[in-house]
Amino acid sequence: MALTPPAERLWWKEPIEAVELFWVAIALVWAIVMFIMMPYWHVYGKQNLSSEAYRTTPEMYTQKVQAMVDQYTIRTETARNMPVVRPPAGADIYMLGRLWEWYPALELEKDQTYRLHLSSVDWQHGFSLQPENINVQVIPGYEMVMKITPNKSGEFSVICNEYCGIGHHQMIGKIYVK
Amino acid sequence: MANTAEFRTCPDTGLLFHKPAETLMKLNAVAGIVFLLIGGVLGLLMGLTRWPTVHLLQADSFYMLLTAHGLSVLIFWIIFFEIAVLYFTSSTLLRSRLATPRWAWLGFALMVIGSIMTMVSIFQGRSSVMMTSYVPMAAEPHFYLGLILFAVGALIGCFVFLGTLVIARAERTYGEGSIPLVTFGALTACIIAIFTIASGAIILIPTFLWKIGYINHIDPLMYRILWWGMGHSSQQINVSAHIAVWYAVMGVVFGARPLSEKVSRSAFLLYILFLQLASAHHLLVDPGIGTEWKIFNTSYAMYLAVLASMIHGLTVPGAMEAAQRKRGFNKGLFEWLRKAPWGNPSFAGVFLSILIFGFLGGISGVVMGTEQINLIIHNTLYVPGHFHATVVGGTTLAFMALTYWLVPVLFRRDLILPSLAKFQPYLFGIGMAGFCLFMMGAGTLGVPRRHWDISFSGAIFGHQFPETAYLLLGLTGISVILAVIGGGLFILQIVGSVFFGRRRGETKGPVPLIAEPVAPGLHGIGMGGISVPGTLVLALVFLTSFILYYFVNWKYLSQVWGLG
Repeated sequence: MALTPPAERLWWKEPIEAVELFWVAIALVWAIVMFIMMPYWHVYGKQNLSSEAYRTTPEMYTQKVQAMVDQYTIRTETARNMPVVRPPAGADIYMLGRLWEWYPALELEKDQTYRLHLSSVDWQHGFSLQPENINVQVIPGYEMVMKITPNKSGEFSVICNEYCGIGHHQMIGKIYVK
Repeated sequence: MANTAEFRTCPDTGLLFHKPAETLMKLNAVAGIVFLLIGGVLGLLMGLTRWPTVHLLQADSFYMLLTAHGLSVLIFWIIFFEIAVLYFTSSTLLRSRLATPRWAWLGFALMVIGSIMTMVSIFQGRSSVMMTSYVPMAAEPHFYLGLILFAVGALIGCFVFLGTLVIARAERTYGEGSIPLVTFGALTACIIAIFTIASGAIILIPTFLWKIGYINHIDPLMYRILWWGMGHSSQQINVSAHIAVWYAVMGVVFGARPLSEKVSRSAFLLYILFLQLASAHHLLVDPGIGTEWKIFNTSYAMYLAVLASMIHGLTVPGAMEAAQRKRGFNKGLFEWLRKAPWGNPSFAGVFLSILIFGFLGGISGVVMGTEQINLIIHNTLYVPGHFHATVVGGTTLAFMALTYWLVPVLFRRDLILPSLAKFQPYLFGIGMAGFCLFMMGAGTLGVPRRHWDISFSGAIFGHQFPETAYLLLGLTGISVILAVIGGGLFILQIVGSVFFGRRRGETKGPVPLIAEPVAPGLHGIGMGGISVPGTLVLALVFLTSFILYYFVNWKYLSQVWGLG
């Protein structure tokens, strides 16, 4: 048995039971199907994470975000005067994670595609768009660029789902889609 | 051969124990169970805090104790117990003396000192960085130092295991053939452990030096890649070790033989080659890592490690079915299963472990480790839902099952509450299974992990999660209570038995503790030319659930915003 050395010393010469061979074969086919699904979706699917990313610094990134805020702010919200920014369709848009807010809030048009840049200026954060449930890791020093195409209108929350200290559960931002 | 006075033969099982090895097995197992107790109590506090109507702890204690919970169970409990398993599968199963017991003692001492040092740093309150301690968030220096010492100790344990294999081979203690399958599985775990510990050292030592000021920058992405080389691979040690335990318990309870040594060993070999690639699962939505790298690694090189797990999923119950059928339970598809000893906690624990690990942990792990599907799962409660199914429902339950057998064999004591042992695995298993399912459900609705307050009270914006999410968190809380009662009864039983159980002495007990091995070969059993038809049916049910659930998640993904 399994606790003692194999009964047959030349165990690698024993024939394999048919039921095992059959199972190994179908499991292997399933493994290959699952593998092919990922490249397949890159070609035919509409939800893929881009691999476009750049090295950045907190200063450089903050500057770019601020330039967008200065140019396209349409109003401010909440007691903290969070700017709500409405860039033109197709534009490069920026969101910045920091302890403990997503800056700024964005207002987008439905069915338009934007290039969303994400980075953090302090610790790691988790961009979690709700209720869509799209989740992306945000890492200081790296600026990720992903094309997003909102396919529903409404008010979306960006919560943080990477633990970032004691204010983590209060870190929340907004994306409005009109 | 060492001095024979250093050996003891177990009268019930005929196993030969080298006394220094026996002492070390006991100590490592006990240290593990102490951390299981700590981790279990902390787990209860976590469950009661994330249950919104109870919301027990304050935010700072929640994050502090969550850090302690992760490390105490995911690292300390499991690795202490695994060192005991390594010594058992080498010294005891190979009937050999343990290599360099003094080094093994040093390893144990380092693990104890390291684990206590890290736990102290967490409870001092300035190292609430979660188990992952992602830079640039920093813990106290002794948080990292403790982990490094613990890892060095575990590494020594791995080399003592390897040394024992060499001695056993040289001294022909187990004859001329190959090592037993269970030892082969443990060897797989050991090789993966060495890879794991090396990854941990490569990142934790620089992080420690960074914290004390000798290095000025640790790249956070590099940290994640290397840290997960430890963080995920350490869970692959568990997979290999608990599958070795599955085979062991099937041997002990049924005298079961592997259907084919070749197939089962090849499956372990696939683990050695491909399983560690799974650390890519954690990096699928990270910036700065290429798509091809993600796809190749997250699929463990075309899912060859998943193939290995699916093979074990057939061969472990298959070995049991074959043994049962040879013992006369050969009628119909499932007589072998109906007539199984459901009141034997070793069997019940392993059977539930196979089900929970396969159906809940295995399927969810592959689904969320799919490059694109990870986008709708990363860092939600789905993730702890998944890994509690693998590590608690799978590994911990299997280790509990083995412990029930080790109490009379290793500690030579009877269980103090045998009637309690009959239902404890079910209470714990069902509690954990519910817990995992409800957390995965909440994660599917977007509820984040490691989060103190999903109602966002006092935050600048509001967000309302669906009512169902709150319901699921409540059910999670109730399941935690069930599982913690189950875990508490286990610890009560084991600690009580080890200290107060009736001594078995050196005479053979009336109830056999190990089944006679069944005859080799699979002739004359089964139906329609298939030797293990019941297992095949169960395997096909598993595959069907897997396929359906896999494509349901692609369907979910196809409905969200376009991303590219």
